[in-house]
Order: sequence, then structure tokens, then C-alpha cells
Amino acid sequence: MSFLDLDEWLFDLAAKIELVYSPIMDIKVYPENVDVVLIEGAVANEDHLQLIHLIRKKTKVLVSFGDCAVTGNVTALRNFLGPAEHVLRRAYLEGADIQAQIPSMPGVVPALLDTVRPVHEIVPVEVFLPGCPPPADRIRALLEQVLAGEAPHLMGSQIKFG
Amino acid sequence: MAQRIEIDPVTRIEGHAKITIQLDDSGNVTDAHFHVTEFRGFERFCEGRPLWEMAGITARICGICPVSHLLASAKAGDAILAVDIPPAADQLRRLMNLGQIVQSHALSFFHLSAPDFLLGMDSPPATRNVFGLMASDPDLARAGIRLRQFGQEIIECLGGKKIHPAWAVPGGVRSALPEACRQKIKSKLPEARATTLTALSLFKKLIKQFKAEAQIFGNFPSLFMGLVGPDGSWEHYGGNLRFVDSGGNVIADQIPAARYREYIGEASEAQSYLKSPYYRPLGYPEGIYRVGPLARLNICSQIGTPLADLELSHFRECGNGSVTSSFFYHYARLIEILAAVEKIEAMIDNPELGSEWLRADAGINKLEGVGVSEAPRGTLLHHYQVDANGMVQKVNLIIATGQNNLAMNRTVAQIARHYVHGSKIQEGMLNRVEAGIRAFDPCLSCSTHAYGKMPLAIALIGPRGELVDTASTPV
Ligand code: SF4
Repeated sequence: MSFLDLDEWLFDLAAKIELVYSPIMDIKVYPENVDVVLIEGAVANEDHLQLIHLIRKKTKVLVSFGDCAVTGNVTALRNFLGPAEHVLRRAYLEGADIQAQIPSMPGVVPALLDTVRPVHEIVPVEVFLPGCPPPADRIRALLEQVLAGEAPHLMGSQIKFG
Repeated sequence: MAQRIEIDPVTRIEGHAKITIQLDDSGNVTDAHFHVTEFRGFERFCEGRPLWEMAGITARICGICPVSHLLASAKAGDAILAVDIPPAADQLRRLMNLGQIVQSHALSFFHLSAPDFLLGMDSPPATRNVFGLMASDPDLARAGIRLRQFGQEIIECLGGKKIHPAWAVPGGVRSALPEACRQKIKSKLPEARATTLTALSLFKKLIKQFKAEAQIFGNFPSLFMGLVGPDGSWEHYGGNLRFVDSGGNVIADQIPAARYREYIGEASEAQSYLKSPYYRPLGYPEGIYRVGPLARLNICSQIGTPLADLELSHFRECGNGSVTSSFFYHYARLIEILAAVEKIEAMIDNPELGSEWLRADAGINKLEGVGVSEAPRGTLLHHYQVDANGMVQKVNLIIATGQNNLAMNRTVAQIARHYVHGSKIQEGMLNRVEAGIRAFDPCLSCSTHAYGKMPLAIALIGPRGELVDTASTPV
């Protein structure tokens, strides 16, 4: 969403890049030879795990985007409670009036990982962009450096959590 | 051979989801399901944390409607402090929520759904998105982007940032509207109004073109729920709950949020991390109800602003009693943007917005509180229990999108039955199934308290449960 806060600069961006995979578009298979990817969110379930390895294989520059991707953030608050079962029980067994059951449909509903992990603990990451979320001006600064072919080098006030 | 079609991931929605479509031996659709695949566990990990942190943490449930969580959470806090918040705080919270309605509805219409309407359901998937729209209709795309920006700026003006401002607190808000911001918002109102009116007249032309879709995109009787004011008028922040049936009859009215449990039950589903709330007196799944823009316009007696009320009268002609086709969520959304713009116009010169009286200070005076707000996608409830020190003991969250779960499943099945025949997936046909979901503008981050991107996937499943074909699943 913060990416969309780039607002009209999206027009400039569109002239310089080809967007190949995103939740705002309908391409459902991650393509080959991607130059840059912004990964938002922590790795919390089996699907994420698969996808993150796939993305790593097919991408040159991986940006860990936002506090959840960088540290686990709010998503990882459940880690100290122990296995995923605790949060699942609370929501779907105790929190249901009928049909109390923990969702499970192999191949469709991915199992939660017991420990939520930041992206770089799973695969190597080239760039970190913290923020919850990173505001649009910092996203733009980063993208401008990448588009200019420079290695991203954000400084001081551009690197902030929260 | 019976089969299953899988759409994975569902795209142009907020969060992660898949759709599966079951086929019988002759390739006819027997059933279809909408699966939400994310879950973060807020209800459990918030236990043991101080009440004062709740607004900040729960806002992280969602990147699109953090303001709704902020407000519902702050209102649950107000109830626990047992205070009436200062009138200025009430007005300021309303202003921020109106800003959010504008930005979120603009996002849904221009960035996510307009590509289906304007580029075509069968247009190439690589360009069927907001970037495709920017290329084919730059003026409209730019206007839409600026409208969303306008809403986001109101949030930023008040809360200091566009997404996840830590601003509303139990007892009130942290800061008033600075004069410079008031001027800025005021200067941008005419453009916001013009863009909204353009979108409305565009959509009304499209309604004719999409007659068939309007018939089958989730068109069925159900109840509708949302907040209304004391006189039954449109609400987004205060008021009480009302349920209306598909004939337009009020069946439960002026229910204070604190009594929601008497009316709303929750069912877990094996195939999704999204629970299914239902109207308790009718049971499950007969108690299916819808929330969000369509519901809010169906339940209210009037909106209370001239242009929006005029549109409301046209909207009502799309139904008999209640408007029952989910396709008209889009229409209702645009009318609500108009209502929000008019309401902002009406309040922006109120000197109260600059008041210094912003927060009622109090300690813990009650051990339980329920807060409610109308999120862009529908009614949002936060229910907390605390101990005498304000440490949270129990949390229950009823999220807008969850309440549409039964209706979204029914919508997917209805569209699939109509458009999917045989075992081969055709892209444009599946996009219609997705478009049916998109009408609800689901926010799956919220609904499962998961945050993340929201792609959709479809699977075609055979009569013996075997996977026949899939559209996507990046593995
Ligand atoms: S905005 Fe914050 S909570 Fe949401 S994904 Fe980004 S870092 Fe996580």
C-alpha cells in the first residue's frame, strides 16, 4: 500500500520499469530473470517458505521490504508463545461458536510455521528497507538508486524502524 | 472424471487467497470455495499486553484500513475507561475515518477493479492492472491516484503518517488538525468531488454493459448489517447495529456493539483461515449476512448529504427492497466516496477541529469493552477484557471481510456455475470468478489478522478429489 503512495510518480516509474509480478496484477507465476523484487512480510507459513526460495532463485536483487520482512515485527509476536498451535487454538477452537476446528486442507490451506522468521534468515538478501511501512519517499529514493544502476546506499534518516 | 480447478493466487485483492472449483464427471461445477491462506494470531498474542498498546498493535493488522482498527480499538478503550470523549476528538476521529473511506474505496475502484471494467474481463492478464489503465486511460488513472492520495493525506495530516499512524487513543486523540492542513484539505476538495462524480457517471454507463455480470455476480438474498445513527441514517463511526433482510425490512435495530454476541456467532471452516460469522437467531449457515458499502446503503434510511442522497435513490432502483447483487458493491462504494467528500466539506470549517480538548484522562474503570467502527469493507468489532491494571486478558476481533465469508463463497460458486464448463481453465473465465470476489474488496490481511500481499489462486478439482488443472500457484 505504501508503494501505491508513490502516487503520480508511478507514471514516471512505469516508463522505466516493467512490472512483472505483484499482488496488484494478474500474473500468477513468478517469472524468470527478475532484476529487483520488494519482499514484504515475514515468512510465516509453508507457502511463504516455498515462494521465497523460488523468488531467490529467479531474482538478482532481493529487497527485504518493511519491518516484518526485516525483523519479523508484529507477525513474529506469536513466536514467544511456542508452537503455532497456541494461536490457532485460541482463534478457531475457543473463538468459534460452532464447527470448532483448526483449518486444515493439505495443498490448499498452508500450515503455519511454528516460528515466524525474517526473510534474511531463510535466503540471502541484498538490501534492507525498514519501516512499518517504509514511507513512499524512502521507497522512491531506493528505487531511484536502483534505476540509476547504483548499489542502493540509504543513509541515516532513510533507515528507520516503525 | 470429476475435477478441481484452483486459482492461486487470487490477485488484485488485499492479502492471500485461493479459490477451488469442484467439477463433476461431466465437467459441470458442483461447488466452489474461497480459501484464505494467511493467519497471524493477534487474538492470542495480544493477551498480556497493556491496553494502551492495543491501538498501535492492532492497526498493524492491515495496511489499507489501519484507521478502522485504530478507531475500533480506541473505542473499546473508551468503554474500558468508561469515558465520553471530548466532542473535538469525536469530530477528528470521524474526519480521519472519512479520509480512509475515500482512499480505500478509490483504491478498490481505480487501482484494483477498474481494469476489469475498462480494459475488459478478457483482456491480457499482463496488462489488466492499474499500470495498464495508466497506459490506456492516463487521465482517469491519474484522477483515481490523486483521489486516493487525497484520502491518504487527510490521514497523514492528522496522524503524522499515511499508514499506521499511532493517533487515536483510549479517551480521545493525540492531536488536532493543524490550520495549514485544514487549508490544504479544503483546497483539494473540489477536485475530489469532481473525480468522484466522473467515476459515478462512468460506472452508470458500465452498468448497462455489465448487465449479465450484475445478474450473477453474487446475486442472492441475504441479510445486511452495519451501523446506523439514532434516526437510521448512514453511519461510519458512531451509532448502533442494524440488520435488514433482502426485502428491505429491518429485523434487528439499534443494537449496541456491546451486545454483538447475542446476534453474531462465529463458525470455523476447515478449508480456510477465515472464520464465518453468522446471524445467530437464524443459525449457521442460514444466518448469512453481508457488510460493507452495499450493506450500509441497504440498511440506512438516508445518507444526509444532498448529492449522495440523490445517488442513493438511483441505487435503490437496482433492487427490490434491498439491492441483492454483489456487483453493486462497486456502485455503493462510489456513492460512499461522494458521501465522505460531502461530509468532509460540511465539517472542514468547524473550529472544533483545532480544539485543545482532545483527550479524556482516566484509568481502568471497567474490565470489558467493545469498540465498533465501519471499516471501508464493513463493520469492525474489537472486544477486550482487561485486569485491574489494564493488562489485556482476552481479545476477540470480528472483521469486516470475515462477515462476508459465507457470501463470498456463495458468489464464487454462482459465478463458476455460470462461466466454467469443462476441465480446461480459460483465463478470462476465471478472472470473472476473481472479479466476483473483488466486488467485495476483501481485505484478507484484516480478516485473518494476517498481513501481506493478497494473490488469488484457483484449482479445478475432480469428483474424486484429484487436482485437474490450476491457474497459477508459483511453486
Ligand atoms: S506495514 Fe508494518 S506490519 Fe504491515 S507488513 Fe509492513 S512492516 Fe509489517
